[in-house]
Amino acid sequence: MIGLTNIEKRFGDNLVLKGVTVSLDEGSVTALVGPSGGGKSTLLRCINLLEIPTSGSLRIGDETLAFHPGVKVPAKDIQRIRLQTGMVFQNFQLFPHRTAIENVMEGLVTVLKWPEPRARERALALLEKVGMVHKADAWPATLSGGQQQRVAIARALAPSPRVLLCDEPTSALDPELAQEVVDVLGQLAREGTTMVMATHDLRLASKIAQEVVFLDAGSIVEKGPASVVFDNPERERTKRFIASLRQEEAQKESGGEGSGAISS
Amino acid sequence: MPHWLQLMLESLPTLLWAALIFTVPLTLLSFALGLIAGLVTALIRLFGPKPLVAPVRFYVWIFRGTPLLVQLFLIFYGLPSVGILLDAFPAALIGFTLNIGAYSSEIIRAVIGSVPKGQWEASYSIGMTWSQAMRRTILPQAGRVAVPPLSNTFISLVKDTSLAAAITVPEMFQAAQRIVATTYEPLILYVEAAALYLALSSVLSALQARLEVRLNRYGGFLEANA
Repeated sequence: MIGLTNIEKRFGDNLVLKGVTVSLDEGSVTALVGPSGGGKSTLLRCINLLEIPTSGSLRIGDETLAFHPGVKVPAKDIQRIRLQTGMVFQNFQLFPHRTAIENVMEGLVTVLKWPEPRARERALALLEKVGMVHKADAWPATLSGGQQQRVAIARALAPSPRVLLCDEPTSALDPELAQEVVDVLGQLAREGTTMVMATHDLRLASKIAQEVVFLDAGSIVEKGPASVVFDNPERERTKRFIASLRQEEAQKESGGEGSGAISS
Repeated sequence: MPHWLQLMLESLPTLLWAALIFTVPLTLLSFALGLIAGLVTALIRLFGPKPLVAPVRFYVWIFRGTPLLVQLFLIFYGLPSVGILLDAFPAALIGFTLNIGAYSSEIIRAVIGSVPKGQWEASYSIGMTWSQAMRRTILPQAGRVAVPPLSNTFISLVKDTSLAAAITVPEMFQAAQRIVATTYEPLILYVEAAALYLALSSVLSALQARLEVRLNRYGGFLEANA
C-alpha cells in the first residue's frame, strides 16, 4: 500500500501542494488528472522523492518517511524509497549511450549488483513483455518515440518496484505511437501492477485507471472510481475540466485528419 | 644531396630524441594531470561547498588570465626567492598541469552542464546514487561532447611545450636552438622543428577523429532529451 499524508510542497514562496492525502491499494491504477500547474506532476515526483516534500509523510509498503521543513532527508532513506518505485518520464529519458537492453539492465547491475547474465535474462524477459525484444541491441536514437517509451517502461520495471509512476507517459507521442504505449500499460494493469499516472490523456486514463484523483491548485478537488469522476463528477470544477479535455481531444482528432488530408 | 637536406637528416635523430624523452612525456603527463585537476575543479564549481568555490574560481581566473610563459618563469625563476627550488622538468610539468587544469575545468564544467537534467532524474529513478549517476550516466555523455574542445587544448599543449625551452628544459625546440648555435642555420633547423610539431599535432588530430567516430556510434543525444 502507498500512502501520502498531508503532503505539502513549497518552491520558494509558491505552495504547489497544499496538504494532499491519498492512499493507493496494492494492484490499483490511479490517474492523477487536472490542469497544468495543478500539482499532479509534483505529487508524482514526491512519491519517488525526485522532489522532497516540505512536510507530510510518505509510506510505501513497509517504508515510512516523514518530512519536516528545513530538515534534510538522509540520502539512505531517499534511496530506500526510490528502490520501491519505478518511473516513466514524458520524454522517455533513456540513456542514449546504452543500447535498449543495457538501459533495462542498468539498475540491476549498477544498483542491485546483479551478475550480468542474470540481469540480461531479466531484461530480455521485460523487453519481451513490452514487445521490444527484437530491438534489444538497438541504440535509443534509432527507435521511435513509442518504442523508446516501451523500453523505458521495461527499465522502470526491472528492479521490481512496488509501484510504477508514469509522468505523462503518452504526451510526447503521436496518437498512433501513444496507442502502443497505452496497450503496454493496459496489459501491465491487468497483470496487477500498481500504477500512478499523471496524465492529460483521457483515453489512457479511462482505459486503464480504476481510481481518479483530480488535482487543482495544489489540492484534491475530487477523487473516486474512474467511472464516477469521468462520467458523473460531483464537483462543478471537475465537470468543466473533463468537458474541456473531451473538447480538446475531439479537436485534436478532427485537426489531425484535416492536416492528413492536406499532406496526402 | 643538397646541404639543407643533409643538415636536416643529420639533426633529425637529436630532435626526435629530445621529443621522445621531453616533449612527448611532458605533454602526456601534464595533460593527464591537468585533466584530473580540471575535473576536480569543475566538480567543485558545480557541486562543491561554497567555501571551496571561491578559491577554485580564483585559481581558474589567475591561470587563464596570465601568459603561460610568465607562469613558467614565475615557477622556475621566481619561486626560488621564497625557498622553493624546482628542477626545470618538474617546474614545467607543474606549470603546464595548472594551466591545462584551468582551461579544461571550464570545458568540463560546460559539458557536464550540457547533459539534460532528465538524465540525472532517470538515473535517480532507478535507484542510483549521485556518484553512480555521475559515473555511469553523466560523464560518459559529457565526455563525448568534450572530445573536440579538449582535443583543441591538447593540441595547443603539444606546441606550447616549446615554451619550456625558455626555462632550460632540453625539449625538441631547445635541441633545435642548440644545433642552430653551432651551425648558424636557423631557417633550416626551425623549419624542421616546425614540421615535427606539425607531425605530432597531426597524429593527435587523427586520433581525435577516430575517437569521435567511436563515441558517436550511438547517434548522440536523443531529440526528446533536448
